[in-house]
Amino acid sequence: MTLRQAGRLLLTLAGLLLIWQGIVTLGELPPYLLPDPQAVMVRFWRDAGLLLSHAGVTALEIVLGMFCGTLLGCASALALSYSRRARRWLLPVLIASQAIPVFAIAPLLVLWLGYGLASKIAMATLIIYFPVTANFYDGLRHTPHGWLDLARVMAPAGRRWAVLRQIVIPAALPALGSGLRVAAAVAPIGAVLGEWVGSSAGLGYLMLHANSRMQIDLLFAALLTLAALAVGLYFSVDASLKRLLPWHSPNPENLDLD
Amino acid sequence: MMSGFPWFTQATFPEAIVAPLAVHLCAARLTYSGAALFDGLDLELAGGSFTGLLGPSGVGKSSLLRLLAGLTSPGISGELRGGDGQPLQGRVAYMAQQDLLLPWLNVLENVTLGSRLRGEKADAQRALHLLEQVGLADAASIRPDRLSGGMRQRAALARTLMEDRPVVLMDEPFSSLDALTRLRLQALSARLLAGRTVLLVTHDPLEALRMGDHILIMNGRPATLSALADLPGAPPRDPGDPAVQQAYRAILRLLEAV
Repeated sequence: MTLRQAGRLLLTLAGLLLIWQGIVTLGELPPYLLPDPQAVMVRFWRDAGLLLSHAGVTALEIVLGMFCGTLLGCASALALSYSRRARRWLLPVLIASQAIPVFAIAPLLVLWLGYGLASKIAMATLIIYFPVTANFYDGLRHTPHGWLDLARVMAPAGRRWAVLRQIVIPAALPALGSGLRVAAAVAPIGAVLGEWVGSSAGLGYLMLHANSRMQIDLLFAALLTLAALAVGLYFSVDASLKRLLPWHSPNPENLDLD
Repeated sequence: MMSGFPWFTQATFPEAIVAPLAVHLCAARLTYSGAALFDGLDLELAGGSFTGLLGPSGVGKSSLLRLLAGLTSPGISGELRGGDGQPLQGRVAYMAQQDLLLPWLNVLENVTLGSRLRGEKADAQRALHLLEQVGLADAASIRPDRLSGGMRQRAALARTLMEDRPVVLMDEPFSSLDALTRLRLQALSARLLAGRTVLLVTHDPLEALRMGDHILIMNGRPATLSALADLPGAPPRDPGDPAVQQAYRAILRLLEAV
């Protein structure tokens, strides 16, 4: 991040804080509805250890969910693009995995997998499975024809695996990257949802806990920590993708009209 | 006599190590949405000769070339074999209008793509020697997105030569280049492809005249092939030569006559 970007981020945060403070001061809202930003800051300071340990649990759930979901999604996309049978059997499952809301099966997953990490990882995995699979599958199906023609002239027909590894998969990596960016943005939803349904740790658990005890400032502190975690996850995924796929650079103009 | 055309004055340097191979195509047929673009077409390429194939857009030149390259698609068929009676499979190199360089590989890796696809060990020494011959010795470790259009097409030429096949099929490989770069690449290709059986599809009669031992004109619907008789001298021909210009006018007349 450049100095200018950091400056813009700070300015945005300061602006949001100012609006928040303005609403609290001018609206004369009771503190159990919207806490004073200063009170939240004090909470941050006093309960930093508590927030961090719960954030660690949530972060672990998200990262492991990302890992499992990516692995499962990539394997599914490869199977879909290389087997007609897989398309016939797996495609309905894939669509169902997206159509059934995770909210609806969250209690079931907790019942089956328990209150610990496993049910949250399963939830995060489930929520990112579709964007990863759909994007990667799309990328695998749209290899530029010219490259495949070249490969067909160069190598005998039996070298399908080599063509897959050398051309088709690398060509689909930018599409997989788009899927991973979406995954990074939605994976926290799965983890926190799992924590709401039943858990003994994590930021979602902490928020529920604070809410039931009217500790609205702690709830806000946990919420802000979660937001920071999600934004941090997105930008680290984005940065690593840019580093791993240097040959796939976006248009510098970005279609700006201003 | 050659003073107006300096790039042809370089000493010829046959790169070919392979024995010349003739190409026979019988009863080639292409139907496109019910109508025959060509039917019962025969084509003979003498071993080690350079043939330019001219014709109006949409007449089926590229499809004919793809048929020769073994890139069959629905609606196209024909009986194809080498001068030794064996199939052409694995003895053809293909160069398209787009350079088809893989953006995630550097120039050297692109040039050795064929051996990697076939699971053979790439001869880096030979690849570097070829890159030197096309003037890209310093660009071996650069990614294609950092190269100019002419450099990219030269890298594609090196990749084509690296395949070391007796038959080389080229589909308008120079048409997207500026005039000067095109002249240089034509000279370079003529020099490096000497001894191979080359079929060059082109829109540019002068390109065919400059480089071709034979010129074929593809015309009509269903299309037929006719050889241009009485070509003046041997290639490389000087476009300023009155005899060449006369042949140019004859080609234009043939192209216009449908």
